[in-house]
Amino acid sequence: MTSRRIVLALMTGAAIGLSAGAASAQTEIQWWHSMTGANNDVVNKLADDFNKAQKDYKIVASFKGSYADSMNAGIAAFRAGNAPHVLQVFEVGTATMMGAKGAIKPVQEMMKEAGETFDPNAYLPAIAGYYSTVKGEMLSFPFNSSSTVMWYNRDSFKKAGLDPDKPPKTWPETIDHAKKLKAAGISCPLSNAWVTWVLIEQLSAWHNVPLATKANGLDGFDAVLNFNGPVHVRMIETLAQLQKDKIYDYAGRTNTGEGRFTSGECAIFLTSSAFYGNIKANAKFDFGNAPMPYWPDVAGAPQNSIIGGASLWVMGGKKADEYKGVARFFTFLSDTDRQANLHQVSGYLPITKAAYEKTKADGFYKANPMLETPLIELNNKPPTENSRGLRLGDMVRMRDVWAEEIEAALNGTKTAKAALDTAVERGNQMLRQFERTNR
Amino acid sequence: MQKVGFKGRFFPYVLIAPQILITLVFFYWPASQAVWQSFLIQDAFGTRVEFVWFENYETLFSDPLYFNALVVTVVFSTTVAALSLGFALLLAVMADRQIRGARAYKTFLIWPYAVAPAVAGVLWLFMFQPSLGIVAQQLKRMGVDWNYLLDGRQAMTLVILASAWKQISYNFLFFLAGLQSIPRSVIEAAAIDGAGPGRRFWTIVFPLLSPTAFFLLVVNIVYVFFDTFGIIDAVTLGGPAKATETLVYKVYSDGRLGGDLGGSAAQSVILMAIVITLTAVQFKYVERKVHY
Repeated sequence: MTSRRIVLALMTGAAIGLSAGAASAQTEIQWWHSMTGANNDVVNKLADDFNKAQKDYKIVASFKGSYADSMNAGIAAFRAGNAPHVLQVFEVGTATMMGAKGAIKPVQEMMKEAGETFDPNAYLPAIAGYYSTVKGEMLSFPFNSSSTVMWYNRDSFKKAGLDPDKPPKTWPETIDHAKKLKAAGISCPLSNAWVTWVLIEQLSAWHNVPLATKANGLDGFDAVLNFNGPVHVRMIETLAQLQKDKIYDYAGRTNTGEGRFTSGECAIFLTSSAFYGNIKANAKFDFGNAPMPYWPDVAGAPQNSIIGGASLWVMGGKKADEYKGVARFFTFLSDTDRQANLHQVSGYLPITKAAYEKTKADGFYKANPMLETPLIELNNKPPTENSRGLRLGDMVRMRDVWAEEIEAALNGTKTAKAALDTAVERGNQMLRQFERTNR
Repeated sequence: MQKVGFKGRFFPYVLIAPQILITLVFFYWPASQAVWQSFLIQDAFGTRVEFVWFENYETLFSDPLYFNALVVTVVFSTTVAALSLGFALLLAVMADRQIRGARAYKTFLIWPYAVAPAVAGVLWLFMFQPSLGIVAQQLKRMGVDWNYLLDGRQAMTLVILASAWKQISYNFLFFLAGLQSIPRSVIEAAAIDGAGPGRRFWTIVFPLLSPTAFFLLVVNIVYVFFDTFGIIDAVTLGGPAKATETLVYKVYSDGRLGGDLGGSAAQSVILMAIVITLTAVQFKYVERKVHY
């Protein structure tokens, strides 16, 4: 242990010495990110490949902690005047980033100025749209994207006499399955992670109902929340009812509850498609996934799902030459073969249409159908105003506020309607405050 | 009689200068920054700053959730302080007796203090996590519907226990030292006069221990107000539905997660005022009853 540490220290020292020596000839590009485990290796390999592919620029990737941590680190660094060039920010930080004019450099503008060929239409609209202005100008570069899917335990299905090859499609079917699973002795038939992402944000897009006015905030910061209508109320009400008999069992606000699926406790679990790697590594049972369930009586459902994940923001106030390096790196990332490979290795969604088509043509989805499920959801129908994405200020805290109210409905202290009314009201107050500071 | 003093007029000031400097840099500077920030409204990046006088405070006081956090804090802090002081005193009195292996007990009892609040939170999380926790599984087997993710009272109990547990060692250490400094002869004299153990404790030991108890009361109040947020952050994130959101956790979530620096600064100024007042009150009234 100690000797390993010493070796590590020496190596780091040597690396610093080397990079200091080489820095004079190259322009360094700082890239702060939040990728852990296997995805951290992916980031380092990308930086390494880029550095080997050309001589003018050097990408330095640094892990800066969780999404919230690295965003705060980026903001603090910007305030202190030494922001990184590229900062990975989670999707809910989008409004905060774009609100800070001068703090960021829109990607499309940067690509143009740097003279890189850039075609916004090459990117999958369901993904790029989330990070673009209303006019379609791309603000940040999508990096790791995923969507919500329904994971299910095939062994539990068999135990309850359900056909694992025919997963439920609608909510009534899902609830029926859950009840049968309960009867077969499964302690947690149905649950989900990321409560607000799944039960509010995705639910809205999937049923083509708005979550807020102004195309869910994409058209402006003066959006007003309105997710207290019948579709949302029924969803929360149904789950609150099922919670009483533990047919549905709440698993927390973030993804810490995902372990309840991999341990075999929960049989049907709605969460990110990027959960795939984790299940594959840890689940000791046969599993499958399917698109999210929908309410069949809602007109137009299912519409299309929206993404989650993170994108790369270019920070403002850097030198033109440095922007050239960043632009070149983004072109490098958009390369079809590289994107296709990244998608197949990491399980995150491909960002370009060409990479998706190539993966399809390679027959990859025949062997790995579970990786195509989120793409089928995203491309199910052309996105509408309600399903392009959302862009609401103060979204990190907003999600907590919504989650608090949903929790109040699930534990029976409030009715679903009252909880969602309060969530909307409190959320709107936060939006007005954000609008004021980001005029 | 010879008067002892310094030669130069400035020499004493030079000697206390480092202390003053440290206090200025590490306390007065950040505190004044907080006061200044509480008068501003700004975006996360600080690109637009607006001076708004007391608007942040007005927003805060018109927010019913702020009062909710205040109530939660009062419940949380009194329970944690009472539990950790009570248990620590009990343990210290026990360990102070002539027993075999007293030294080992003492060492073990001090250990938890070396655990960081966030780590303590995670340890308790492992035990009580509804589906995987060892204790949680036992509770379920006993028929308790254990799910602190939805049950506010269970969540509160859990963070109170974890926070109190963490502080017991510290209190224990001081109580033990206090007990050991009480002259044996006084206690023995009382015993010879026929006072039983209970009477000896309440009439002799406890009054002589009061300086320690008073010091610990102040320290514990500061602890529950400021240092417990690591535990809350690791275990409940202030949930479910704000059941465990204390004032300090709200400062953290609004400022760090929400990027609302003005509102967060206003809250920390209020928090600072509360703790200063509490400490002042304690010194003024409780200290009168303390025998040094």
